[in-house]
Amino acid sequence: MDYTADELMAVAAARRLRDGAVCFVGIGLPSRAANLARATSAPDCVLIYESGTVGAKPAQLPLSIGDGDLADTADAVVPVPEVFAYWLQPGRIDVGFLGAAQIDRYANLNSTVIGDYDEPKVRLPGAGGAPEIAAWCREVLVMLRHSTRTFVEELDFRSTVGQGDGPGSREQLGFTGAGVTAVITDLGVLEPDPESAELVLVEIHPGVTIEDVQGATGWDLLVADDLAVTDPPGRAELEALRSLKTAAEEEGAVVG
Amino acid sequence: MAEVVALRDAVAELVADGDTVALEGFTHLIPHAAGHELIRQERRDLTLVRMTPDVVYDQLIGMGCARKLVFSWGGNPGVGSLHRFRDAVEHGWPRPLELEEHSHAGMAAAYVAGASNLPFGVLRGYSGTDLEAHTSVARVECPFTGERLAAVRAIRPDVGIVHAQQADRAGNVQLWGITGVQKEAVLAADRSIVTVEEVVDELVPRPGSVLLPTWAVTAVAQARGGAHPSYAAGYSERDNGFYLRWDAISRDRDRFAGWMRRHVLETSGADGYLQSLEEVA
Repeated sequence: MDYTADELMAVAAARRLRDGAVCFVGIGLPSRAANLARATSAPDCVLIYESGTVGAKPAQLPLSIGDGDLADTADAVVPVPEVFAYWLQPGRIDVGFLGAAQIDRYANLNSTVIGDYDEPKVRLPGAGGAPEIAAWCREVLVMLRHSTRTFVEELDFRSTVGQGDGPGSREQLGFTGAGVTAVITDLGVLEPDPESAELVLVEIHPGVTIEDVQGATGWDLLVADDLAVTDPPGRAELEALRSLKTAAEEEGAVVG
Repeated sequence: MAEVVALRDAVAELVADGDTVALEGFTHLIPHAAGHELIRQERRDLTLVRMTPDVVYDQLIGMGCARKLVFSWGGNPGVGSLHRFRDAVEHGWPRPLELEEHSHAGMAAAYVAGASNLPFGVLRGYSGTDLEAHTSVARVECPFTGERLAAVRAIRPDVGIVHAQQADRAGNVQLWGITGVQKEAVLAADRSIVTVEEVVDELVPRPGSVLLPTWAVTAVAQARGGAHPSYAAGYSERDNGFYLRWDAISRDRDRFAGWMRRHVLETSGADGYLQSLEEVA
């Protein structure tokens, strides 16, 4: 079956969710991947959206983190202060799923501003839950489309700490979680090197070359000696993914 | 004791120019009707507080009501940017907007502190980020363990405004479903306005509901459909199509101004607003 780069990205991310994992999920690519995992390889993963819906089992992809379907299908709906204080901060959540506008070689994220903070070129929505999600989830998966605008030598603003300034950074900040353990893109998968904490290309999607990935990365990219090629999406994965739509998409509206 | 009054009168009496106002709602139960009333009454120089400012804050900012925004995530959920918010921050239109920005965890702690009559909230947060240099966060030492923790100044709005499903005639309020930080926003505020879908003879307790007793609320006003395009579980569904359409409406200054004139300035109350939307549909 033919598939798009975005579909492969969703499948590659979904495969990384262990069945039964408790996941803190944002809207967009992460929500699509997490719900794909729930529909395929990880039926018992627990989805928490920051609106307070714990154990949400949406039939359609939600457009927002607070769609009615999330609350109606949740095991519990808890107040927002409780989400962060009782569930996230003590380290009860296995996987945080984040996106961003920029990422650097240590998987730190910018979702605040492009350009100078006080005179921004582009004002982005802001950090939201990300700083503490990245601090306290046991691990964090990042989903991003690969380009030199996104994979930058230096962030315009550090909204969220991935691996900080390198080895020992997270420990120094007192973070219990492992931080970003994988960055899944439309070209491949990067993981922090166990020694240097710098992102290394460990997996490349079928038909993509190392030069393609380097060309879309704003720093000299490290490539693993045993670089793997991502298994193409199977029929079951693609069918499950394509049946996941938002209500608006089902009505034929254009999202964007 | 809360008085059950008309929304127009509640806003006229309780919200003044220059006030700090929190219209809370986490995707669900967003008090759009009250926001529209602030716009119709031309409130100015407001400090607006909200964890997740979305369309109604885009409208307030674009109409020049706000001097400052205290927030942690400002966007059109699932759709993209808030264009009026961006225009204010990037180009100072229609007026410059001062920002105080937080993480969600920090802002939630600041609301809890406000509701608890504490000067600050405490959390393990902001560490290692550039946010810390751009917001009101300080470090405090735990007196028991010596651990350094983040302190955020308590949020104490002049007015807290929320939307709920029901109130009774005595002004007791019940909301259920995703209840966000609405309880905290009301209890942290000096004065409060709760708009409701329905005023009922008797409040029947719902599982997982939040009850705000009449003596903890200043004013209750009926505004059926007053959350639109957000929703009130049990009464309405989220109008996701509207959020998608708002992207194009809000992108252009003139189109935005025309839309606000047609659907907010020239209408009266939630009824009038909703009717005006049906007329163009």
